[in-house]
Amino acid sequence: MTSDSRGQSKKLALQETEAKAYKERIWKYYLRKNVVPIFFIVLCFFGGYYSGLSLPFLINEIITRMARNSFLVISLIIPILAGMGLNFGIVLGAMAGQFGYIATANFQMAGFSGFVVTTLISIPLSILFGWLTGKLFNQAKGKEMITGIILGFFANGIYQLICLYFMGNFIPIRIPTMLLSTGIGLRNTLDIKSMHYALDNLWKIRINIPGLIFPIIIPVFTLLAVAVLCVAIHFLIKTKLGQEFRAVGQNRHIAEVSGIKVDKIRVIAIIISTVLAGIGQVIFLQNLGNINTYGSHVQVGTFAVAAILIGGASVSKATIGQALLGTLLFHTLFIVSPLAGKNLIGDAMIGEYFRVFVTYGVIGLALALHAWQARQKRR
Amino acid sequence: MTGPRLEMKNIRKEYFGNKVLKGVNISVEPGEIHAIVGENGAGKSTLMNILFGMPVIQSTGGFKGKVLFNGEPVPSSSPEDAMALGIGMVHQEFMLLPGFTVMENIKLNREPTRPNLWSRFLGSKMETLDIQRMRNDAREALDRLDLGIDEMLKVAGLPVGFMQFIEIARELDKNNLQLLVLDEPTAVLTESDADTLLETVKRLSEQGISILFITHRLDEVLKVADQITVLRDGEQVATMSPKEATVGKLAELMVGRKVQAVTRKDNCETDMECSEPLLSIRDLHVEMPGEELHGVNLDVAPGEILGIGGLAGHGKIGIANGIMGLYPSTGKIILAGETVPLNNPVAALNSGMAFVSEDRRGIGLLLEDSIEMNIIVQAMQSQGKFLKKGILQLMDFEASRKHSEKMIKDLDIRCTGPEQLTRRLSGGNQQKVCIAKALTLEPKVLFVSEPTRGIDVGAKRLVLNLLVELNRKAGVTIVMTSSELAELRSVCDRIAIIYKGRLEGVLPPDDSNERFGLMMAGALTHHMKEVS
Repeated sequence: MTSDSRGQSKKLALQETEAKAYKERIWKYYLRKNVVPIFFIVLCFFGGYYSGLSLPFLINEIITRMARNSFLVISLIIPILAGMGLNFGIVLGAMAGQFGYIATANFQMAGFSGFVVTTLISIPLSILFGWLTGKLFNQAKGKEMITGIILGFFANGIYQLICLYFMGNFIPIRIPTMLLSTGIGLRNTLDIKSMHYALDNLWKIRINIPGLIFPIIIPVFTLLAVAVLCVAIHFLIKTKLGQEFRAVGQNRHIAEVSGIKVDKIRVIAIIISTVLAGIGQVIFLQNLGNINTYGSHVQVGTFAVAAILIGGASVSKATIGQALLGTLLFHTLFIVSPLAGKNLIGDAMIGEYFRVFVTYGVIGLALALHAWQARQKRR
Repeated sequence: MTGPRLEMKNIRKEYFGNKVLKGVNISVEPGEIHAIVGENGAGKSTLMNILFGMPVIQSTGGFKGKVLFNGEPVPSSSPEDAMALGIGMVHQEFMLLPGFTVMENIKLNREPTRPNLWSRFLGSKMETLDIQRMRNDAREALDRLDLGIDEMLKVAGLPVGFMQFIEIARELDKNNLQLLVLDEPTAVLTESDADTLLETVKRLSEQGISILFITHRLDEVLKVADQITVLRDGEQVATMSPKEATVGKLAELMVGRKVQAVTRKDNCETDMECSEPLLSIRDLHVEMPGEELHGVNLDVAPGEILGIGGLAGHGKIGIANGIMGLYPSTGKIILAGETVPLNNPVAALNSGMAFVSEDRRGIGLLLEDSIEMNIIVQAMQSQGKFLKKGILQLMDFEASRKHSEKMIKDLDIRCTGPEQLTRRLSGGNQQKVCIAKALTLEPKVLFVSEPTRGIDVGAKRLVLNLLVELNRKAGVTIVMTSSELAELRSVCDRIAIIYKGRLEGVLPPDDSNERFGLMMAGALTHHMKEVS
């Protein structure tokens, strides 16, 4: 009897230690899995502390940047699901958005209606660009990312040709101030003041916090647009099309044998991504109020990619949560790092340098990790 | 229904000028189990790819001949057409998505959906998946196979034995399934799993489903098949019923030459006491994951074939990998009186040892390179052979071509020429290229790991014969590691058994089954102690 109960207590103790070890393993697993976002959360806290910014100011800045950047970052999710990696080709979507603005600025449209027309113009352009990108990616299966980066450079060349030479030459521009003094080619900066905050200002909630000078401002409709997009992506994943994206993403060959039209699905994924990026760029620019004609689109791909990777996504796996978290962390770092650098070392450039270093470092690290994992899997 | 369910008439197919099918005729009745046997590379898989309309057939120039299904010609231009007709196929390699659950895999691309608001505007692709119905359908198909596995589990972590059944469940779930093609379904299964599978196949045929059963396990064929077709080098050698067939007869037809044990000359038996060991292994520890070695002492006599056996995971593979410097190891290796440094592959190669790896496709071959390049690359890199003299050390194409052509001829590598990519070769021929690569180094000791893994019966015999011939005629000392004891016993002079990372003992090949069995289980010494 006694020996029996002792045996049982021994067993129980054993179970307890096992459970403990199991818990520890789970902990370690999650820690390792989320090491990138955790690192950046810590970094953001330190940066926020040393930047000396007041919390309401910081929160306002973060809300603004979340509102204007989330769309672009979320546009990356579908191609990742479809196994095409990080779609650097969203630069083309950004160009489509800018073409939309050039058109509406030329027709002197203003306000929310101008914003809507801009979006409507950008969508068919994005579909065309996305279709071409998708066709190209199907010729370069497995090398979509590098193809996307180079495609971005190439498209930038054509974009410059159109804006610098065709505009005012073959494409009539009615507003002389948009053009350079020679009458050919767009100016470096394009003023779209008439559509500044077109979406943000539809409904802004101001929350006054007693004791603080600045109220916290929430651009409801912009955030609502992001929320609608999140729901739409979530819904899309649960449809037949979403299932096909995921199947193609896991193994093209098996998907093909099951009768899924792989090439078509891949093109659709890129079209969706490009269209969303186009809309994202339109939202982004309405918040800024002016366009750097030859520069606004250039970094869109890199920044969006860095953001989603910081959120913990990988080349083959991404969720809406990771996209949003990544946007939050990446842009918090954007805001605080120059000031933190200045306060700590006395030079804002150091903070700025650090941010750039981190941005590209994260992309490089993520790609290297992916290549390493792929090699492990093959073994 | 009258008439055969499937007829394939005079099917011919060429790949890159290589005739792989030379006029094959097959006819399958409803509810019949028709087995197709043949060696790897005999054209079995190609035949099924034609039936199934796989894109690879069209992209390599199509085929000649007629395929009739229920008397109607099959368009078979795509897998969908074949599926629509009621042809299901379970592929040799698993066609399952590891990240999907069992039910998602079973219903892949045939998911039941529910219309919603958006699908009205944007088409049926936007319909929501009906998860509950997917689960029910999957459950039903799994139940028909008596498989009690949870349909919501991810495939990634499942044991291999289940995968085959999930694939069959997927085919069953297609309501109009009339013909099921099983491409080497038992190749990766354990014996008991294979038996269950065969029973399942029988049950399905009783339900009226015709089955094409491709395999090279002959005993299975005799157990279940109603008709047997034998293919050899793309030719249809025979079609018979299992009553007329025996394993020996089928094997003979398949290989086209008599299968026999290798005869060993008795006069070259080695005498360990008289001769100095060529290779001495002292206290060898190897950190090879899954095959660790904790201190092995072993001597290899000149001119012998030493076998290394043991169960998987006990470290037998670690010996050769450790000595050749592929995994971290400690100990002492003396080859012909000289110490060979460990953890240094180049030094190991230069000292006169060569290695044919068990991981043929991983580290044995450069799959994207030609046969020629594969044969010479190691000798060129480590010994500087096939290089022109001079500062630049350019490759000597003439010498390398001459050598590779000689090797292809000597080892009878079946290929279109030295420029063919090794990826396109069958398993047996790939193994021969690996051996040719090792021989080019002109080694004193040749390590061969699992030389017959994943290659078929006929090619196995050829590879083993080749090794014996090298040993007897060219005097190469061979250390052969294999999981197949029968294979070791048919060619080796002595067999060392590794148990739990240590040398358990050395037995002559003609020792009793019992002693081998006991030794591999680590029980012989205890057994003997008990007796004494």
